[in-house]
Order: sequence, then structure tokens, then C-alpha cells
Amino acid sequence: MSIATRPATGTAPGPTSHESTPRRRRLRWDLPGLYVGLIAIAIFCLAPFYWMVVSSLKAPNEIFDNSLIPRHPTLMNYEAVFGAQNTFVLALRNSLIIAGCVTVVALVFGVIAAYAIARLNFRGKNLVLGLFLATSMFPGVAILTPLFQLFADWGWIDTYQAMIVPDISFSLPLGVWILTSFFRAMPWELEAAARVDGCTRGQAFRRIILPLAVPGVFTTAILVFISAWNEYMIANSMSQTPASQPVTVAIAQFSGISQYDTPYGTQMAAGVVVTIPLIVLVLIFQRRIISGLTAGGVK
Amino acid sequence: MTVTIDRAAKARRPRRPAEARESDGRLAFWLVIPSIVVLGLVILYPVIASIVRSMFGDGIGESPFVGLQNYANALWGLGAADFWGATGFTYFVAAVTIVLETLIGLAMALVMNRAFKGRGILRASVLVPWAIPTAVAAVLWKWAFDPAGIINALTGSTIVWTGSEIPSTIAIIVADTWKTAPFIALLILAGLQVIPDEVYEAAKIDGAGAWQRFLRITLPLVRPALLVAVLFRMLDALRMYDLPWIFTHGSNGTTTLSILVVQSTLSQLKPGYGGALATLTFVFIFVTAYFFVRVLGVNAVESVGGERKERKR
Repeated sequence: MSIATRPATGTAPGPTSHESTPRRRRLRWDLPGLYVGLIAIAIFCLAPFYWMVVSSLKAPNEIFDNSLIPRHPTLMNYEAVFGAQNTFVLALRNSLIIAGCVTVVALVFGVIAAYAIARLNFRGKNLVLGLFLATSMFPGVAILTPLFQLFADWGWIDTYQAMIVPDISFSLPLGVWILTSFFRAMPWELEAAARVDGCTRGQAFRRIILPLAVPGVFTTAILVFISAWNEYMIANSMSQTPASQPVTVAIAQFSGISQYDTPYGTQMAAGVVVTIPLIVLVLIFQRRIISGLTAGGVK
Repeated sequence: MTVTIDRAAKARRPRRPAEARESDGRLAFWLVIPSIVVLGLVILYPVIASIVRSMFGDGIGESPFVGLQNYANALWGLGAADFWGATGFTYFVAAVTIVLETLIGLAMALVMNRAFKGRGILRASVLVPWAIPTAVAAVLWKWAFDPAGIINALTGSTIVWTGSEIPSTIAIIVADTWKTAPFIALLILAGLQVIPDEVYEAAKIDGAGAWQRFLRITLPLVRPALLVAVLFRMLDALRMYDLPWIFTHGSNGTTTLSILVVQSTLSQLKPGYGGALATLTFVFIFVTAYFFVRVLGVNAVESVGGERKERKR
């Protein structure tokens, strides 16, 4: 390839330039250095999680020995997690219900709003998008305390809805934001084609766009679900008894196998149980999750 | 005279697109309004209620109107020491974690931008700290920082990490950096991948070294992605609650603004004073974000549009 042709491809990078990028870059990077960097990243990210798993497999009398491999691995802590003194199973159910409801509400409202923002021309569009962005800026405490008093008046404290309603304040903007960027990237020519073939706007939306949108909506659902599953501050104030406590609150207040031991082993086991489903989701859908995260730029 | 005719003609010509836009507008209104109403109910109403409540006192029985007394108490009255302490701690932790997370995230993104086998596995492992609930991460790091825990064992020290201000601040910063730096790395990585390779080729031909290419090409081109990541991270760090609360319950000077608000309102049952603190917190965050956007020129709204161009390729 002659140098003279380079500037031409440089000014208008074709679709192939992206794919050929990694192969060419490999040659310029010294491999040992690269692998040291990669291993460092993996250790940085995974070592604490590994420590959580290891600690969860140690009996209370061994947990303080700080050995990197459990010498007598035991499931004792897991038995304690699911045992009678902790209401962990109930907490898992509560978390599922709360995060599930939040996700459904955020998606139902988010999909229609995002469709309008991504697809329709209307005045004040950037204002609307900015509004959704601004709401994600709100500190949760600004809405927490007045809602707490309102819910106290309504007798809602310690109910699911007392957590679902405030959670919508962050999950709906998150959903709208990510969905908008997904919808904008969709092949909308197909909608126009369907309109030409005689579909109404609603039909085109339902029959053509919705099926195409499923991957983006699904990714958004995962991200919203994770953010609601991980919520702690609101839940910590609104839930008072195990009847409504989600896992994040339950773990932080855990009691151990006996009254006298530090519940770290049990807490670690519970942490593993809570995190494993998320890690499975991450392993299966990592590509989509990353594209959703980076498209939205929002946590 | 001619001018008016011209105008009328001009007004008539774009009529059809304008009509289409109008019907688009009406449809858009009905599609967007449910979300706005919902957000109004769960955000606008509580915020206004909180501001109104902040003007009233916190005595037993009927609460009297006190005007801005609660704000004065927080800013230079009885609560000033606590308030400014929490403000200082929140901003300090936010600043340190953002700098650390951006540097580590940038380094991670630069490494991950190279081609290598097992890219998928590494990316999945980078998502692990992000996926772990902050509450679980807090419990995990609290255990690691236990006086008999792994951190002291590895470093050969005997520090009681949650026992005094500086160690607990360090522990909180470490835990937060671990949880968030990988997330920043992914955001920066997305920005890095948009940079066309040809730019680097051209710079190389022009004789630019690796360091120069990084300074002159990578950094300026990745700047928008970097700034959006930092902006969102900053908003998040300034309302930090979970980590310090589980770590120390806000003791030893590790009370953040969010913890202070929740404590004042729900533990000390002073909703008026707490409302004032919540409003101040929001104003602080808003002003900080505003200056950040103004000074550095981040355009988060446009970044969604920018992403779209990149995807369409």
C-alpha cells in the first residue's frame, strides 16, 4: 500500500478501518508489557471478590488466619445464611419483587418516552432530554426525607411501594437515557418502508420497531434491574422489618452463626449469593451491558 | 409591501413539513408526558415539599414558620461545624476518588484497547466490581480492613482502620476506587475505540513518538468521553452514602452530606433542619456540576447523539 493513498482513507474512515485496528496495533505493543498490564487489571478487579468467596468458605475459627486458600472449606456460612436466624431468603424475595417492579415501570414509561425523543422531531427535545439528565443529578436524600414523611402518613413505611416509588426517580431517567441512545441507532428505514406499505405509525411501531428494539430494551432492563437491586440508601430508611428488607439492607445488618462470632463469614457468604446472579448476567451479556453503559454514560 | 409578500410566500412554502412537525409534536407530547408526570410526582413534589418544610421549625407539636433560620443554623449557627465538616469530607473524598479513578481507569482502558486473546473474559471481570452492590462491597472491604483482616496481614500493620479519621478515609477511598475505576475504564475505552487508527498512522509517519501520540492524539480525542465519565462520577461521589455509612456509620469525621441529611431527618427527627440540609446539598451539587460543565464544556446531551454517529458506522 502506498503512502499516497493513506490520507484519503484517513479522512473518510470506512467500516473496515475499525475491524483492522486491533491486528495492526498488536505489532506495536510489546507483548510482555501488555500481559503484565492485563494481569494487573484482572487482579485489581477480581482479587477482592476472590477474597469474599474464600472467606465465605472458612469456618469462624479459621476466618482470621488470612490464608489465601481455605484449609478446611466448609459450607457452614451458607447454611447460616439460609438458616433461621437470618431472614435472607425473604430478603432475596423482597429484592426480586422491588427491583422487578421498578424495572417494569421504568421500561413501560421509558420506552414510549425514548421512542419520542429518538424518533420524533419536536420543539424542546433537548430540553426534555436535559430534564431527564438533570433528574439523575438529584441527590437521593433530597427526595428521601419528604417521601418518608408522606409514606409515614399513609402507613406505607415498611412496604414494597415505599421503596419502588422512590427508586423510579433514578431508574426512569436511566432507562430513558439508555433507551434513547439504543433507539437512535436502530434501522429506522424499515419503519418508513412499513409506512409505505400501508402500516399506520402505531402498527409500524408494534410490528417492525418493537421486535427490533428487543435487544436494546432487554439490555436496559438488565441495567435498570441491577441499579435497583443494588439500591441501599432508600431501602435502609424505608424498610424497618425483615418483611420488606431487600438483600442490601439485610446483609449490612447480618447476625452471625452464634451471638458471639463476628458475622464476617456469613456476610461474605450472603454477599456471594447476592453477587453470583449479577456475575452470571455480566458473563452472558457483557457485550450488551458494556454497550448500554457506554451509550448512556450513566451508571 | 414586497417584503410582506415575500414573507407570506416563504411562510407558505415550508407549510407541509411544518404541519408534519406539528403532528409529530403532538404525538411526542403524549408519549413524553407520562414519564414527566411520573418524575414530577417522585422528584419535583418531594423536592418542593422538602424546601417548604425547611422553612418551618422542628419543635414538639405545631411547627412554627422560621423562614431561613434552619439554613442559617446549618451555615453559621449551631450545625455549622457538622455541616461544613460533612461538606469538606464529601468534597475531599469526591476529589481524591475521581482523580484516582480517572487515572487508573485511563491506564486500564489504554491496556484493554490493545488486541489480545481473552478480551471478552477480561471485560467481564472488569464488570465484576461494578456489578457488586455497593452495600456488599462495603461489607467486603470492611472485612478486608478489619484489624485482623487481610489488609493488615498483607501490609504487616496493626491499624484499626475504622477507628480514626485518616485510616477510615483511606479505607473508604480504596473501596470506592476499586468499585468505580473499572467502570470509568469502560467509558474511556468506548471513547478510545472511536479514534480511527489512521490518525495514529499519520502521526507515526510524521515522526511522533509513543508519548507524543498519547498527548497529542489520544488525550484530546478521548477528552469528551473522559469528561462525561468524570461528570457522572462526580455527581455520584457527591451524594455518597452507602459506603461510609456501612463502614463507620459516619463516625470519626466520615459523615457525608447525604448521611448528615438522613441522620438529621430520620434519626434526630428534625425534618425542617434536614430539609434545609437536603436543599443545601442539592444546591452544592448543582453548582458544582454547573461549573464543571461551564468550565470544561462537557455536553452530556450531545454525547448521546455523538454515540449514535459512531454506532451507525
